[in-house]
Amino acid sequence: MSDTTLTPKRTRTIAGIPFLGEAILIAVVIGAYFLFPYNLAFLTRILIMVLLVLSLDLVLGFAGIATLGQAAMYGPGAYAAGLFAVHVSGAPLPGLVVGAVAGAALAFLSGLVLMRAKGLTLIMLTIAVASICLEIANKARDVTGGADGLRGIRMEPVAGLFEFDFIGKTAYWYVFVVVFVVFLLLKRLANAPLGQSLRGIHESPERMAAIGAPVYRRLVLAYTLGGGIAGIAGALAAQVTQLVSLEVYSFNLSAEALIMLILGGTGRLYGAIIGTVIFMTVHHVAAAADPFNWLFLIGFMVLGVVFCLPKGLAHLPTALTRLVRGRA
Amino acid sequence: MTRVTGLRVRGLNKNFGGLTVAQDINIDLPPGARTALIGPNGAGKTTFSNLITGILTPSAGEITLNGQDLRALNEAQRVKAGVAKTFQITTLFRDLTVRQNLRLAQQERDGRAQSWFRRADSWPEAEDEIDAQLAAFRLLDLEEMRVDDLAYGQQRLVEMAMTLMLKPRVLILDEPAAGVPSSDSHLITDAIERLPDDLAVLIIEHDMKLVFQVASSIIVLVNGAILTQGSPDEIAANQQVRDLYLGGHHD
Ligand SMILES: Nc1ncnc2c1ncn2[C@@H]1O[C@H](COP(=O)(O)OP(=O)(O)OP(=O)(O)O)[C@@H](O)[C@H]1O
Ligand SMILES: [Mg+2]
Repeated sequence: MSDTTLTPKRTRTIAGIPFLGEAILIAVVIGAYFLFPYNLAFLTRILIMVLLVLSLDLVLGFAGIATLGQAAMYGPGAYAAGLFAVHVSGAPLPGLVVGAVAGAALAFLSGLVLMRAKGLTLIMLTIAVASICLEIANKARDVTGGADGLRGIRMEPVAGLFEFDFIGKTAYWYVFVVVFVVFLLLKRLANAPLGQSLRGIHESPERMAAIGAPVYRRLVLAYTLGGGIAGIAGALAAQVTQLVSLEVYSFNLSAEALIMLILGGTGRLYGAIIGTVIFMTVHHVAAAADPFNWLFLIGFMVLGVVFCLPKGLAHLPTALTRLVRGRA
Repeated sequence: MTRVTGLRVRGLNKNFGGLTVAQDINIDLPPGARTALIGPNGAGKTTFSNLITGILTPSAGEITLNGQDLRALNEAQRVKAGVAKTFQITTLFRDLTVRQNLRLAQQERDGRAQSWFRRADSWPEAEDEIDAQLAAFRLLDLEEMRVDDLAYGQQRLVEMAMTLMLKPRVLILDEPAAGVPSSDSHLITDAIERLPDDLAVLIIEHDMKLVFQVASSIIVLVNGAILTQGSPDEIAANQQVRDLYLGGHHD
């Protein structure tokens, strides 16, 4: 059987143009680079957060695993990559692999227990796992630096070619390429049998089991993949900031990632991107204008989206089209 | 030695605490069987189905399919072994299209549900097979509709079409016509009549018209135990069954 002649019956594209979404994404990243040359560190933070929220989208948006503890996988990625850089090698790409493996390993081990639980119990357990990790990192001060953070991370040039610079140009492009590659792979996964089956589990685990799917095993798989991606995000953060603090396990990080995802729209990869960018930009601008009350603004924004666009901002075009068609 | 074919159930028991919901049930479903399981509400019909498909674990008894012991297998493994069912209350992927629903069952059957790079709809033979199945159930026009937007009778058809994608050897239909408006119930009857000849079918149903139309043998379950079984004519003539269904109010 040859695939070369095969044209898929339906390919999902934006406005019918293939790769328009990807093109816009690249254009925005290039545009931001030239528009905000003094904010590259912040832009890089956004990109890393996008990756964490994408990992959450795989776990929660696709597979329907209710979690408030995605930081539990971000943390091991950060510490593993940080320790790798301190003790083994400052080469960034091997460090990423180490971070991915660490995140995936924690997700797999905790997932073996967590994926037996559902609903509120599951949410509580995911929070518990993250706080246990936090406590361990805090106590193992000899290894992690405890509350002082892990210091002494020195990075070598990316792929031996691109030196990290003070302004953060290299960091920006390095992080973008990594995030973009993961994004493209997730897009493949979303339309592949595995992604579809995760959606199936999300919609009806009973039906999935009744058609012969090993639901539990597949949930562990999804959680592990999500953990690997969260681990990469953590590793990127460690390499770019050259510091790992206990914050990587904070409840706040997990909760904010969830809010960003809900804002953008769960189960849609572009939703994870849009939600993160908007949340972090509003946060950045509002916190600068009013350091004490910026949370109000975020709160109202989330309320507004949840009430007006329950499927998230990524659903805005569809919602508008429906509205216009409905009136016409 | 005679080779045992089909589903064979011996001495099946199930208790929920003190409540016995399956009591020494013996049933044979050879290939091609069209057996109806009838009985009053709460008789234990759905429980029986759940015991066979592995949703519930029996307290005692044997379940074999073509000689293979099913008790050691979990729900998913029993599907692979050839036991499939539709739910009493339609259970589908409501936000997915009809076509996607069928494809999910198919990709599990073919063991490619874990492949993650190639598009799910890029297996041409598989898509052709879905086309054929949709056509057989007269669902082709609806293939791009979300299941949630379909009429209930159509949803039941989707559930049957999807379950048959699994190529089961034993099919349990739990009240396939329940909730379907009578104007559409012929769709269900037609679909049952067109099921593959070698498939063993157990139809749990309250609608006697449907039962007498499609079943060649009927089992009557009361309080978890088999009251009687026989051909439709025998059951129709059975005084105990008539009392149960017609004169049940005089005690
Ligand atoms: N998980 C359970 N725990 C305790 N009791 C149960 C459980 N599931 C079912 N039962 C009881 O078992 C009995 C049989 O239920 P079952 O659903 O099998 O009946 P049924 O014959 O399918 O009825 P119906 O025609 O209403 O669908 C009922 O009395 C029910 O209340
Ligand atoms: Mg029932």
